[in-house]
Amino acid sequence: MSDSSSVVAEPSATSHHHSDDHPRFLAHHFGSPQQQFDAGKFGMWLFLITEVLFFSGLFCAYAVYRSTHPEAFANADRYLDSTLGATNTAVLIFSSLTMAWAVRAAQLGQKTLLIRLLTITLMCASIFLGVKAVEYSHKWDLGILWASQFNPKDHAAHSPALLVLSIPAILATMITGVAFAVSRAKKSPIAAPFWFCLLLTSVAFFGGVGLGTMVPVIEESFTGVKHGGDHEESHSEQGGDRSHGHDEHANVAQGTDAHAGHSHAAESQVSEPQASIGNGPSHLLGQAEFDPTYTGIFFSIYYVMTGLHAIHILAGMGTIAWLVWRSIRGDFGPDYFGPVDYVGLYWHLVDLIWIYLFPLLYLIG
Amino acid sequence: MSESHLSTATAHVHGHGEEDYLSCSSGWKSWAFTLDHKRIGVMYLVAILASFLAGGIMALLIRLELLLPGKFFLSEDQYNHMFTLHGAIMTFLFLIPSIPAALGNFMVPVMLGVKDVAFPRMNLASFYLWIGGAIFFLAAVILGGLDTGWTFYTPYSTTTNTSVITASLGVFILGFSSIFTGLNFLVTINMMRPAGMTWFRMPLFLWSLYATSIIQILATPVIGITGLLLIAERALGIGIFDPARGGDPVLFQHFFWFYSHPAVYIMILPAMGIISEMVSTFSRKPIFGYRFIAYSSIAIALLGFLVWGHHMFVSGQSPLAAMMFSALTFSVSIPSAIKVFNWLSTMYKGSVSLETPMCYTLSFIFLFGIGGLTGLFLGALATDVHLHDTYFVVAHFHYVMMGGTLIAFLGGLHYWWPKMFGKMYNENLARIACLIIFVGFNATFFPQFILGSRGMPRRYAKYDPEFQIFHQFSTFGALLLGAGLFLSAGVLLHSLLRGRRAPANPWGGSTLEWKCSSPPPHHNFDWPPVVTEPYHYDHIQYDPKEGGYVEVEEVAPDPDDAPLPVKH
Repeated sequence: MSDSSSVVAEPSATSHHHSDDHPRFLAHHFGSPQQQFDAGKFGMWLFLITEVLFFSGLFCAYAVYRSTHPEAFANADRYLDSTLGATNTAVLIFSSLTMAWAVRAAQLGQKTLLIRLLTITLMCASIFLGVKAVEYSHKWDLGILWASQFNPKDHAAHSPALLVLSIPAILATMITGVAFAVSRAKKSPIAAPFWFCLLLTSVAFFGGVGLGTMVPVIEESFTGVKHGGDHEESHSEQGGDRSHGHDEHANVAQGTDAHAGHSHAAESQVSEPQASIGNGPSHLLGQAEFDPTYTGIFFSIYYVMTGLHAIHILAGMGTIAWLVWRSIRGDFGPDYFGPVDYVGLYWHLVDLIWIYLFPLLYLIG
Repeated sequence: MSESHLSTATAHVHGHGEEDYLSCSSGWKSWAFTLDHKRIGVMYLVAILASFLAGGIMALLIRLELLLPGKFFLSEDQYNHMFTLHGAIMTFLFLIPSIPAALGNFMVPVMLGVKDVAFPRMNLASFYLWIGGAIFFLAAVILGGLDTGWTFYTPYSTTTNTSVITASLGVFILGFSSIFTGLNFLVTINMMRPAGMTWFRMPLFLWSLYATSIIQILATPVIGITGLLLIAERALGIGIFDPARGGDPVLFQHFFWFYSHPAVYIMILPAMGIISEMVSTFSRKPIFGYRFIAYSSIAIALLGFLVWGHHMFVSGQSPLAAMMFSALTFSVSIPSAIKVFNWLSTMYKGSVSLETPMCYTLSFIFLFGIGGLTGLFLGALATDVHLHDTYFVVAHFHYVMMGGTLIAFLGGLHYWWPKMFGKMYNENLARIACLIIFVGFNATFFPQFILGSRGMPRRYAKYDPEFQIFHQFSTFGALLLGAGLFLSAGVLLHSLLRGRRAPANPWGGSTLEWKCSSPPPHHNFDWPPVVTEPYHYDHIQYDPKEGGYVEVEEVAPDPDDAPLPVKH
């Protein structure tokens, strides 16, 4: 496609003066738009290679510790909610679809569709972070942290962890809300829709938090029936609270409690040693099955890997937001869509890394 | 081939009359925000020379302290800080960016015949990242120094109370700077070669930078993540490198050397590229075995990734792994030797002229030869166990890093100085400086081979009196070396003020950078230069009026050449 277009463009370009055959978007040191596009794309691929190698150190550490401390990895399984992981996987894969579609829309010059698809991609990223915030705060409340702070408790502490993790999103919502109101009042043709997109993105975080708290509850209602027990009922009643009160940390803490209970119920086959976790050294009788000594090393890797991945999500959101701005400005079309393409590649890589992280961290049981 | 006829017909220097890159704009902003690869290269040059000065002064202080077996003027702690900072500054701030970021930035687009690197803004960002990394290093010095050695080995680096986190952040940031440079070069060379510039018409300096960039892209991210893990280990206690929590300190060494061994090829490959340029120019003879040199750069870049374990023969890796790494290490010597043999063959029957850059070239071949061959002792498993962490290692890597990279860097600096700044320096004084550096270098480091083989361990502030004679020899050598370096700095700086105006082609080089004026115009070339074979000297002759070499129309080669055998 690009070949034929460049062939068509060639004669018209040569008929112009030299100064005219340089389109606005073409940097002075490139000979042709095609060369600029190819250089950018090759550069992006090289950057992705560095990203892969950056994460490869962590994958390598994962492999080493999985072979030296397999029991730590087996033990860690009980603390991880594969349903939430799967939810986030689905959210990210969907965002990759919208991103790929956005590239197509840019190539075809479908401006409105492009803006919408980019916004949906941003919202998906935000939802992903919301779910992740729920997971992190559950673990925080249960004392399931990295090696030096790994101190699992039976009952979740009441801490404002989720609220703290939500502060950036709360601030972002306020800022983008105000910016949107101001730019709308000024009838700014670019800023108003731009801030609106970012406002949607910020709000989507709370959707993610809601999703992260709802999904285990829903799952419970399906799987929990078999196991029954008192966990069951406490979940269902808190589930009702959850749907509207995600800013109130008291609720959140209860929610985490419920979530911890859920993992008891969902994985009944390991629930026996589970009982001994929080009770500390006095219960080291069950050592053959559960020795928490090195389990912390798994969570060190877990936090570094998912944390670094989350940072990449944030970086991706920044660049996509930049794309939204430029799309609204009308920069992209059939002649020039490189940046959308490059950011798309990056976004797929971030997605791909998660697709590796999910089974390695969540499905190791 | 029709292109070569064209080029010989135009005995013209591109860019005459147009303002050069130094004078086309002025004011500090025109430098601080410049996107011109030449100005960025010059800023890099100033910056890395400043860090070389800092690292060099530390080296002299270390050597002075070692004048006496006991304490002279540094406490043990101060000594540890001194050699750590010397190593870290020289490696991360000077050697790694030296040739690619300073000389490469300037020369790559010019030698390729394009206006700029592919991503000029990223290029500038790379420079400011370097500045950021340097600031972190400076902060580390101020906030309590660093005493881990430049290798940051755990578990010591996780327990010492010096500023490991600050320095690691510095390394992390410098890593990005290095990646940006490498990425830029790879894209520029891959995607922007102008018409006629085929892969095998590229000057060998570009081949070597291409190979270097591959390493920068593939290895640097690993030191990045290692640095982050080290920071997390210290700040949070993630236990990855802490045996008490299930971690493995040797894993740090694997990660570290997975980068840092290829990193020594980041340092030496560009040096080899410069030597390939100079040896051909000053022998006035096409480089011997062009393709072998080009491919051997790539081979070194790739093989360099398979040998990191030879730094860890006594670190507790499995004996099988140690044997594999030892065997693989020898494979790197093949492409390195190919290069050396080709340089020697290039000089054979060439008309060698001993201008300053050629003096450095000969120094390089000699010193790198010693450095390379002593590397075989260290790559061999059995001898390394004896020589590990002795002065033999110190001498070996200084012969490669300083006798190799630094000497080639100085050679390249003298080679391209007239092109970069448009001034000729005092040839005789520069040659004397080169000789002093050569003698001083050998006096400094050759005794260290003897020290090491007799069992003097590295990184010790005190030593047995029996070693004193060698240490003193080494210290006086270092002072001589320092004097030589200051002399050569003086010669170059003097040329900026009083130097004769440089012709476009002072040495008779045939690569593209000699086809634009000295210093080059803002856009390097008025029109894309015609690309010919890179090492072809028949049509380049000295012109006394110009004070340099010019291209002449090739006087139909056959009638001229044919009678010669008859006369003999």
